[in-house]
Amino acid sequence: MYALKWKEKICATCPSADCLLKCQYMSFAGHDEAHGEMMKVIRGEDSRVLHECATCYACEEYCKRGNHPFYLISERREEKGLFTAPRPITNQWINMTQMQGKCMAGAVKDKALSCCFIPDLGILGQGEIFKDVAPAAVFGAEYMCPAVHTHFARMSVIKERLPKVIENFVKLGAKEVICLHDECYGTFTAIADAYGIDVPFKPVYYMDFLLSRMKEMKDRITPLGIKVAYQRPCSNRLIPDKYPLVREILDLIGVEIPDRVYQGENCLCCGEILRSVSGYKLADDVQERNLNDMVASGASYCVFNCPACQSSLSEKVAKKGLKPVHIIDLCKMAIGEKEREVK
Amino acid sequence: MRDILKALVEIVGERGVSNTPEELWFYSRDPGVLTPHLPDYVVAPRTTEEVQKIVLLANREKIPVVPMGNGMSLTGLVIPLKGGIVLDMKRMNKILEVNAMARYAVVEGGTSQGVLKAYLQEHHPQLRHSIPDAPPTTTIAANAALHGQGRLTQQYGFNSEMVTGLEVVLPTGEICLIGSPSLGPYWFSRGPTMPDLSALFLGWLGTTGIITKIGMRLYPNKKIRDVELFVTDRVDLIPHILYKLTHLEILEDVNVWFQPKPLVFKGNYHITLYFTGDTEEEITFKRRMIWDTLQEYMDSKDGGFMSVQYMKDMLMEMPQRGIADFADVPKGGGFEYSGPITIIEHFPQYAAKVVELAAKYDVLYASSARLISGGHCMMFSISFAFNRNDPAMMTRVKHALDEATAFALEMGGIPWKPNFMEQKMTMEKMDPNALKLLQMIKKNLDPQGIMNPGNWEVNP
Repeated sequence: MYALKWKEKICATCPSADCLLKCQYMSFAGHDEAHGEMMKVIRGEDSRVLHECATCYACEEYCKRGNHPFYLISERREEKGLFTAPRPITNQWINMTQMQGKCMAGAVKDKALSCCFIPDLGILGQGEIFKDVAPAAVFGAEYMCPAVHTHFARMSVIKERLPKVIENFVKLGAKEVICLHDECYGTFTAIADAYGIDVPFKPVYYMDFLLSRMKEMKDRITPLGIKVAYQRPCSNRLIPDKYPLVREILDLIGVEIPDRVYQGENCLCCGEILRSVSGYKLADDVQERNLNDMVASGASYCVFNCPACQSSLSEKVAKKGLKPVHIIDLCKMAIGEKEREVK
Repeated sequence: MRDILKALVEIVGERGVSNTPEELWFYSRDPGVLTPHLPDYVVAPRTTEEVQKIVLLANREKIPVVPMGNGMSLTGLVIPLKGGIVLDMKRMNKILEVNAMARYAVVEGGTSQGVLKAYLQEHHPQLRHSIPDAPPTTTIAANAALHGQGRLTQQYGFNSEMVTGLEVVLPTGEICLIGSPSLGPYWFSRGPTMPDLSALFLGWLGTTGIITKIGMRLYPNKKIRDVELFVTDRVDLIPHILYKLTHLEILEDVNVWFQPKPLVFKGNYHITLYFTGDTEEEITFKRRMIWDTLQEYMDSKDGGFMSVQYMKDMLMEMPQRGIADFADVPKGGGFEYSGPITIIEHFPQYAAKVVELAAKYDVLYASSARLISGGHCMMFSISFAFNRNDPAMMTRVKHALDEATAFALEMGGIPWKPNFMEQKMTMEKMDPNALKLLQMIKKNLDPQGIMNPGNWEVNP
């Protein structure tokens, strides 16, 4: 079994304790308390962190010293038999993402287009932008990154399934896997690295691909001239170096992201996992703050990266008067492939 | 035979009668597992007077008459066990009146659920009726006659309790008005404050008369409907959870279901909770009440709310088509269920029985219970899927269902829309004097024994 690569000394000597001090869902009096609680987690002692963490992934980004506080918290929770969400919800996720041989794989040569286990991604990954890679689309539990189980503190599921997923891609002959879901790219890079799991193909982040394609198609772009709010997903916290790509892509298609409170490192969870883990009070509060902030920014669209966030928030942002759209669809609008719904 | 055919043609016209083999074949069966039996004639009347003339003819000739709505009970209630005439009521499909202020509708005896739903949506969008989760072609009168349930049963009781008056043709041919319409033009009460004679026709499965008109209560149609889905893996908690939920008195409908496939549902019991409101504030308030009342189960990690976004469209359908999807899992598209009415505290025992029977007879199960009247009881469906092209599997399903009915009776439950054998099992367990009363009523109403014979008979 794979084990988390963890350096206690890095945490023990941490001058900031940012992993917990910056947390938007737990409060600490100051460095000493936050640092003390993290050290309890490290030593395998009980800590309120193990009971209160909302599983937003953000501490993976807050830690600038290369450790993995969120994976460690999840490991410790599982070791102690703690559930983040109710047990039936946890098991439901484990059951529904089991490999059953019901996957779909297109004509993969060197490249595969990973749609994870999310049907919406199969639709997004079509059209002119993806014309060369769409025939190599793969979908199903066999190709699904198991990172979602971190939300439920079931790292054992990740350690058991991730090598099989990687093996399935290798069997297809894929040398590059373009990941349409942040979580997949984050898993093949950040999580696999943290657990020493070898990834014998090159994971490609879809926004890198998207940016490159949009540059190639620059003469077809009609600037959209709209203001948007961006809903950053939790799994983007695993790959914070990729966050600037959003602005680069939106700049290219003439879309402005006005400043708002809950963006970048300060972004808020879409709320769906919070609802499962903590109940509606926290989820409603987070969503309300987030959506009001979007409206206050002057945005007319809410741009999504993750289909799960989109499913969770679309109806709610629409009720606030914003149009929900995935960033890929926004690019398709810019090249005239999708109807412009700007006016 | 030729004279009878001729007489029937004289009553309803040539296009309303058939004795051709291909049509008799269709009217000899229903989608369940019971053995088909051919009728001699199929007749489709258009008026109460035509129904009356057919019944008088049947009386004179001592021919069985089997009134039929859409024939979707699955338990063979319109299979003509002793031949005779199948009386297809579907041409009597007019909506006769909607009294919006008194919130009732009067429809003909063959009017379908879908026709009334569409009519109300177009003409009275503020009103709705209790639509069952059956195909929209099923009929309102047949559903009431077999004590059916619908989307408003949790709030207001069996659909048969929503009847506000009847017009029936008795087995001896008299046309009889039941309830307030027997005194005047209004269809607001089935009986009270008089003796409730509608009980002579509800639950009798067409053995005491033919419903040619029926009044049904309508209810406010709120602007917004929403749904939450609570899951737990502890079956022992289900009765307590339902008790707490019904205490809220805010739920439109409550269904509890479990099934082994697909895997997302494996190992959990799901409680679908529907609620309505006229404003977002009302919906939010109700949702929070629901969540708050179940918070203790979330705190103990024994239960939680699952996201419904990806299945919301399916859950919100009325009727819900997805309910029969599992029939296609073993291929061949068949399913049948036993749906006893029982008390909610017996949910764990019934749930265990479903799993036991499925294993014993090697068939796929799905189970769904609907709360009735705020939790006084529930309909617990024990459903098994089968391949229609696999007689051995159909036989196993039949045995499993028979055993389910025997279990329900042992547990003090009441079989719902029982087939003729289940009726026999029920009568054998019934208080002897109650059985005597039942037989006495039936014999007095139908002295020739022509109405849907084989049903509610000790020796069918």
